[in-house]
Amino acid sequence: MKNPVLEINDLRTSFNIKGNYYAAVDGVSLTVHENEVVAVVGESGCGKSALANSIMGLHNLKNTKLEGQINFGNQNLLELSLAKLNKIRGKDIAMIFQDPMTALNPLATIGRQIEEPMDYHLKLSATEKKNRTLELLRRVGIKNEQRVYDQYPHELSGGMRQRVVIAVALSCDPVLLLADEPTTALDVTIQAQIMDLMKELQNQMKTGIILITHDLGVVAEMADRVVVMYAGEVVEIADVKDLFENPLHPYTRSLLNSIPSNLEAKEKLHVIDGIVPSLQNLDRTGCRFAPRIAWIPEEDHEERPEMHEAEPNHFVRCSCYKTFYFPEDRVGEIDYVTTKN
Amino acid sequence: MLKFILRRTLLMIPQIILVSILVFMLAKAMPGDALTGAFQGNPDANPEQIEKIREKMGLNDPWYQQYGRWLGNAVQGDFGQSYVHKQPVTHLLAGKIENTLLLSFFTLIITYLIAIPLGIIAGRWTDTWADKIIVTYTYFAFATPIFVFALLMMFFFSFILDWLPYSGSVDIKIETGTWDYFVSRARHLALPVLSGALISTVTTIQYLRNDMIDQKLKDFVKTARAKGVPERKVYTRHILRNSLLPIAAFLGYEITGLIGGSVFIETIYSYPGLGYLFIQSIQTRDFTVVTSLVLISATATIVGTMLSDIILSIVDPRIRIE
Ligand SMILES: Nc1ncnc2c1ncn2[C@@H]1O[C@H](COP(=O)(O)OP(=O)(O)O)[C@@H](O)[C@H]1O
Ligand code: SF4
Ligand SMILES: [Mg+2]
Repeated sequence: MKNPVLEINDLRTSFNIKGNYYAAVDGVSLTVHENEVVAVVGESGCGKSALANSIMGLHNLKNTKLEGQINFGNQNLLELSLAKLNKIRGKDIAMIFQDPMTALNPLATIGRQIEEPMDYHLKLSATEKKNRTLELLRRVGIKNEQRVYDQYPHELSGGMRQRVVIAVALSCDPVLLLADEPTTALDVTIQAQIMDLMKELQNQMKTGIILITHDLGVVAEMADRVVVMYAGEVVEIADVKDLFENPLHPYTRSLLNSIPSNLEAKEKLHVIDGIVPSLQNLDRTGCRFAPRIAWIPEEDHEERPEMHEAEPNHFVRCSCYKTFYFPEDRVGEIDYVTTKN
Repeated sequence: MLKFILRRTLLMIPQIILVSILVFMLAKAMPGDALTGAFQGNPDANPEQIEKIREKMGLNDPWYQQYGRWLGNAVQGDFGQSYVHKQPVTHLLAGKIENTLLLSFFTLIITYLIAIPLGIIAGRWTDTWADKIIVTYTYFAFATPIFVFALLMMFFFSFILDWLPYSGSVDIKIETGTWDYFVSRARHLALPVLSGALISTVTTIQYLRNDMIDQKLKDFVKTARAKGVPERKVYTRHILRNSLLPIAAFLGYEITGLIGGSVFIETIYSYPGLGYLFIQSIQTRDFTVVTSLVLISATATIVGTMLSDIILSIVDPRIRIE
């Protein structure tokens, strides 16, 4: 097994909402190894961004409480001073943000924005920085790099800007890259181009990647391992092949069944009832997903579902998935029975 | 860039012409005309005589002919005669323009010297005691009418403490150009400048504070933090740069505002500038002077707007200049 670069243990990230703290990341543990792509999937509001921002130390500590451990190298990032953390972020850990239209400073040239992390992390002369930046721009697929170097964000298209955002993240050769829905804000055609670029870069680099996405197609193409999150908790972790071939948790299966490309013989798309509850309205006793699969009788649910290894390297929360079924499948059976009669 | 500035400057000409027509019409619409003032209260005035003079002066011509004459003269620096002071308006304005410009200039400088640091402190350390004090100050400054505040300042610093003079622009007996003259001018400026500045800081402080609070939440600030940029640099390089930009652009408008705003300050401190002259002329119905002053301040507004446009085009790369 490769070396782990990041180990998260029982991370709890809580936000102060009207005087009370509510956990948006609720006891998450996960490990990222060298050169490994870990995809984090889940509907929006499941706490994926809250998780990434916790790793990067981007939460406003005035209204956010962070508990647990985020071990990077031999340090717990949660215990570092801001000055020490600043030595790591931008250099060893970098982040690609979701919306390239807002992630860049409108008043600084592209060149300056890519060079900025180098100012703090690398000892380079001005020309060295510029050369490195031009090289980075070429690597992210920008051909007229000399010109783009002096341009401002508003002069570039969304896709080009996202390439720049990626170049910023790569500027100091990180060992861990967090990508929070790097294509969600882009046009569909551009999404594919950016994902291709990410894949290509991933092949060239040794970087571990946490790829947050709700595009399961992307997961299938890029990820080594998949973490499924629901309402702040991890409900399933498995190698990508296992997860697609043998999804266990009802939430994972619901997600997979709601995607057209993943429908094999089945004709009907599953629509997950309801929405992810907000932090204050989330019932934190018992299984959090139960209210959204109301057709499963109460006594089928586990009272305190815990993560356990159901199969080698395949972890799932709760064991009652064994009796889980989709109502549309049963409808088929009943129809069949009726015709026979 | 030069082309833009040139084009923007040329654009001012029709604006100024339009304003001048408006001002002229207003002046015409006011009761009485140039002669009314000249013969006011004169029992010997013979109405027939006056009518003759009126005819001779062209006051009975159609408005556009009168306007043409008036504009032609104004362009050559001739704003006509003040009928109260019995001398050309230009003479009357001579030293006063300089006085008002000096007052405005220092008020502006002091305003920014106070407002920018306070705005930054309040915007950066929101909800600390420092911020609360600053915000309280802006509420007071906002609620206090400038003439009330100017009177209070005068009462306190001139009458109670007797530190500073409360009227005029310089002591009379001092020779121009000497060190004493310079000091005397500065002392006469102190109270008007401070009174104006302490009130006019409000907009800048509140704007800067609010804008910094907005900018702080922007995604690019998150990007900067994710790059490992130290907190102080996150502010100077990213947040402040974006927040100060509109302030730089407002500079042009501020200048205009100060020329208008000096009416109260100059009147209260009997400071011989354009604002004081304006009030006096209105009271004495010295219409030629009033019209000239309105024209000057309108022109200043147009120039200020142009300055703002030009500054904005220089500091903001998003403004495209072809
Ligand atoms: N700063 C915050 N203050 C309060 N609640 C927050 C904050 N950030 C996120 N949340 C809440 O935490 C939950 C998880 O949000 P997020 O991590 O953004 O979800 P995701 O990225 O998976 O869509 C949501 O219910 C969201 O409303
Ligand atoms: S406890 Fe109930 S809701 Fe949760 S996974 Fe098991 S069956 Fe599903
Ligand atoms: Mg998100």
